[in-house]
Amino acid sequence: MDAKKDSRRSFIRNVAMAGGGLMIGFRWDTVKAKMPSVIHAADDAAVTFNSYLKVGTDGIVTIWSPNPELGQNIMTSFAQIVAEELDADWKKVKVLQAPLDTKRFDRQLTGGSGAIPHSWMRLRKAGASARHLLVAAAAKRWGVPASECTTDLNKVFHKASNRSLDYGALAEEAAGMTLPSEVKLKDKKDFKLIGRPLRNVANKDIVTGKGIYGIDFVREGMVFAMIQRPTAFGTKINSVNDAKARSMPGIIDVVRFKNYVAVVGRSTWEVMKARKELVVEYESEGIALESTSDHDRLQKNMLDAEKATVRRKNGDVDAAFAAAAKVVKAEYQSPFVVHSPMEPMNFFADVRPDGVELVGPTQTPGSARSQVAKLLGVPEDKITVQLTRLGGGFGRRLRNDYALEAAELSSIIKKPVKLIWTREDDMTGGIYRPSVRYRFEAALDAQGNMIGYKLRGAGINADNSTREDNFPSGAVENLLIESADHKSPITTGAWRAPTTNFLAYAEQAFLDEVAAAAGKDPVQFRLELLDKARKKPTGAVKYNIDRMEGVIKTVAERSGWGKKKGVFQGFSVYFSHATYVAQVCEVVMKAGKPVVQKVYVVSDCGPIINESGARQQVMGAIVDGMGHAMYTRLSFREGRPQQTNFHQYRLIRMKEIPEVDVHFMNTDYEPTGLGEPALPPTGGAVANALFNATGKRLYKQPFINALES
Amino acid sequence: MPVYKLMVNGKERKVDVAEDTPLLWVLRDHLGLPGTKFGCGMGQCGACTIHLNGSAVKSCLLPVSAVGTSKVTTIEGLSAKGDHPLQQAWDEEDVPQCGYCQAGQIMTAAAFLAKTPNPTEQQVMDAMHGNICRCGAYHRIRQGVLAAARKKKK
Repeated sequence: MDAKKDSRRSFIRNVAMAGGGLMIGFRWDTVKAKMPSVIHAADDAAVTFNSYLKVGTDGIVTIWSPNPELGQNIMTSFAQIVAEELDADWKKVKVLQAPLDTKRFDRQLTGGSGAIPHSWMRLRKAGASARHLLVAAAAKRWGVPASECTTDLNKVFHKASNRSLDYGALAEEAAGMTLPSEVKLKDKKDFKLIGRPLRNVANKDIVTGKGIYGIDFVREGMVFAMIQRPTAFGTKINSVNDAKARSMPGIIDVVRFKNYVAVVGRSTWEVMKARKELVVEYESEGIALESTSDHDRLQKNMLDAEKATVRRKNGDVDAAFAAAAKVVKAEYQSPFVVHSPMEPMNFFADVRPDGVELVGPTQTPGSARSQVAKLLGVPEDKITVQLTRLGGGFGRRLRNDYALEAAELSSIIKKPVKLIWTREDDMTGGIYRPSVRYRFEAALDAQGNMIGYKLRGAGINADNSTREDNFPSGAVENLLIESADHKSPITTGAWRAPTTNFLAYAEQAFLDEVAAAAGKDPVQFRLELLDKARKKPTGAVKYNIDRMEGVIKTVAERSGWGKKKGVFQGFSVYFSHATYVAQVCEVVMKAGKPVVQKVYVVSDCGPIINESGARQQVMGAIVDGMGHAMYTRLSFREGRPQQTNFHQYRLIRMKEIPEVDVHFMNTDYEPTGLGEPALPPTGGAVANALFNATGKRLYKQPFINALES
Repeated sequence: MPVYKLMVNGKERKVDVAEDTPLLWVLRDHLGLPGTKFGCGMGQCGACTIHLNGSAVKSCLLPVSAVGTSKVTTIEGLSAKGDHPLQQAWDEEDVPQCGYCQAGQIMTAAAFLAKTPNPTEQQVMDAMHGNICRCGAYHRIRQGVLAAARKKKK
């Protein structure tokens, strides 16, 4: 929408370049020169410097944010990095969500906490190169060396002659300057914007109720649709009676495709009502319809089986366990959980003979386009994808099943359609975090040293449920990490901090058990292991020992580890998505019941881009991690999800949150992401604190079941 | 289908819909007011919260036929310029993450503050219990409500 208007009305000029594209992976050659015959009204005139930014002759700096925004605050952080190197006036910066454009952008997706590490240098160079050209234009106009010019707040200054020019006044001349093969980036000590807690650029739209989400999208002539999907995994349609549904007011069509029955109408409510009148009979696809009790049995079988896939092997575990003075053994199990973003799945599709238009919330727009191209047999260059803000994602919108449904339906009914899922559709429609059961075994020698370590993960559609190179790998001479998996008709997918969102809790809770058996303080026990990984590593060590030690020692200090009375503390530390996070959780007993009161969290993700957004990500990740560990579970009976909406599927609410003390190490490493890494350690810290308060080891999520029994 | 005359954000609006149509869908599909959000459809999450004569109501469960002459206020009509103390506080405290639940959070908080201008933290938490924020922005939502209360006092 914005992009279209933009290219039509703006004065776009390509910036001259020496030696072609100069930076790694950065698309400098993308905005083709279109010399306009007429320059439009002054406020529309702008020079596009590169994929990320343009400067208007009115001084407004427009920065495009290519990655889908789902609350990780990337629109603000990205713009902040570009504006920093440009020396822009933040008050004059406008941020736009870019549509899918693989010619302009790389890695236009949201997942894996990867946007900042991927784009950090690209964004800085985008800002710095535009700044270079603006300075060159000013220097030329003044007839002074560029080296005598400085920049600040959208202006170039020549202090010696007391002159200054606004970026807006220089933009057109800057377009005629030549870019060298290298532009100088700022020294980090000179940062003025990076690190600051600038407010989310979308706040105003959000608090005034602007229709910025996919579900809000409307198009003249569009119809509404919902889809009835099989109610149990492993079943297919046997028969459909849609007579009543078709006769309902406002219903335009009822369409059957694949295992779907789509109801199409002129409004959401009419479609919802008619859908309830569908009579659809399902039958088994000839495979087992699985219940949670089946999963329990299957997981035990996989854990007891002689063999599993070996992920990492060091030394001789059999010998170590045979020689052990003490063996610790425990099993931890996670349920399936749903992503439950607050905005239900939805997508707009308009499949026309001349091309396909897609609009909606997706974490992977490029994949949405390629999948739709394949599905409909339409070339990718005939498909546009407009990104809307996402009302949460948590990994669910990495998959584009709902976008494909919308596209296929539009191609059948030959109308623009907005497809909406209900909450029940979301909760029962699959692509869940898989259930996993882990078995841990540790061998201790007489001095309490961990001489052997075994972990086997048994997943239900979890693929590799381990992270074989995670701590304590590298710190134990004899180690065996294995995984086994059952292929289930229940569909699964990545859920915020995939695998580690549960594995971290299991590992960190188990290490506490081992520390207790060894008679050691949990923090000291981990530090000793790290010291061993440094001095006498076994196999590859794929984490930075200094950084892990740094967060451990800092959180211990901040929380007053081991020094508090009347408070039960629990510790955990985890390295995931290139970021190190340590936590201390504090539980108090109130009226005989444990209450999670506070979490201290220390993160090392290199330098912070936006201090407010970073804190928010960490606090949210802790609330998310604790909430799901404490309260949440999806169970099955004969292939049917047993919880269908929030009355049965409990999410954490305001009264249940702990206080959170957030601290960042602000190290000099390259910046890494924060969307996920603070979540994995939370369950472990909470479980360990709850054990210290209640004496109950928590082996299963949700914890509430064991705590209340 | 019957025609309903509704007072929405201070204006009279007419809609021709079935009597059981939830107000949520009237606002979103028929009146072009997308700020009120669909979250669960059964009054569990609070994303669809609006005001009915100043009281917070979950619009996904409220049939249009039950609205009558009551005054409906949505997030779009909470203030003329988007500067209600809560809206200001939400920006100043940098509350939103994905932002999808925030209209409902603000509407719940606005009705609460109108009746409880000097709330304690515990009262805020009790009042906000019906609104889910899946991003877990609860700390700042709470801060935002308390900050707005302080603003109102000034």
